Amino acid sequence: MPSLVIHNLSCQRGYNQLFSNLFFQVNVGEVLRITGTNGSGKTSLLKILAGVSVREHGEISWNQHSVKSEKYQQEVFYLGHQAALSGELSSLENLEFLSALNKSTDQQQLIQALGDIGLKGYEDEYCANLSAGQKRRVILAGLFVSKAKIWLLDEPFTALDPTGVKIVESRIEKHCNNGGLCLFTTHQDSALANQRVLAL
Amino acid sequence: MNIYLQTLKRDLRVALRNPSSILNPLLFFIISVSLFPLAISPEAAVLSQIAAGIIWVASMLAVLLSLNALFHHDFENGVLEQMVASHHSLPLLILSKIFAHWLLTGIPIILLSPLLGLFLFLDDEGIKILMITLLLATPSLSLIGSIGASLVVGIKNSGMLLSLLILPLYIPILIFASSAVSQAQFGLTIDGQLYFLAMFLVLSLMSAPFVSAIALKISLE
Repeated sequence: MPSLVIHNLSCQRGYNQLFSNLFFQVNVGEVLRITGTNGSGKTSLLKILAGVSVREHGEISWNQHSVKSEKYQQEVFYLGHQAALSGELSSLENLEFLSALNKSTDQQQLIQALGDIGLKGYEDEYCANLSAGQKRRVILAGLFVSKAKIWLLDEPFTALDPTGVKIVESRIEKHCNNGGLCLFTTHQDSALANQRVLAL
Repeated sequence: MNIYLQTLKRDLRVALRNPSSILNPLLFFIISVSLFPLAISPEAAVLSQIAAGIIWVASMLAVLLSLNALFHHDFENGVLEQMVASHHSLPLLILSKIFAHWLLTGIPIILLSPLLGLFLFLDDEGIKILMITLLLATPSLSLIGSIGASLVVGIKNSGMLLSLLILPLYIPILIFASSAVSQAQFGLTIDGQLYFLAMFLVLSLMSAPFVSAIALKISLE
């Protein structure tokens, strides 16, 4: 069974050792909730796993493919703090580009995904005119259509209303049942099944 | 559609919907060149001698002005992070962005240069050579500029630092390009200068996207 293996990972930021000698493994179908106080390194850990960071020591691999290799990056979808949307583009245009960056999806599917997450009728609205929660929903729509196996979600529930949170949770469960895995950070409790907690 | 073409299309679209970011450097280019005849002398003999230098210095500063916009917005809104995390080649994604930048600043400068050359009494031959040097060298300006822009992308108010980093690298281009035009005015051969500019273009084309990719990854920390 493919799994995400983290072997002896450490990260230093400035003069602070955020974490060191981290060993863990996340199997397909599992959800790992990463908790910790502010500044404990949750975001740094996700960035490292997403291959965005350069300041780490240790080994990370998925199916024998190590982080930053093409095969690994293909399987990763990283949702950061920022919305990754340009205000000058419409939600659909933004989504088209984001999904092309991962693996391309056809337009009809993207429109469908925007509808599913409650943004029907907002396809051609400039992202500058959307609220924080709606922006978050646009990029979550990108997550839901991506074919990536490893979901790395940094505070996926911020700015979302309770129905939004429900949609995301059910999508995470569905993704894990379909042979994916998910790591996410949050300060809230979450009712997700099959969930483990990593406290940094 | 290919992701690199899509990046190009996206950058062009964003720029055209927010035209002030492209128009500012171009207006700066036109205004600064047109002020020289007022300040120095309106005489044809004087102006035609310094025309190439003026246009080249102004276009270089205009490109420098536009460089901040190259990565800044995508850094702020997190799109760069997504580019780094994607499985596509980051240097090629950056090359598409640089190409978009050249289409939006280099091409308009090249197209405006004959008009500004006429303002400054540059003769037909001089204008022709000026356009050739601009065509050969403005892509290098965008390419080399991307290295500086990616290094300072995370720093606030980095305009001064960017000029300090980039201008020394622009100097050889300035020297060879403006000397090509002035030598052509005297009927001398300019093959050497053009070869040098072409060499600079090839060199920056091969190295700048890779260096920028590394610099961007460091800036994203």
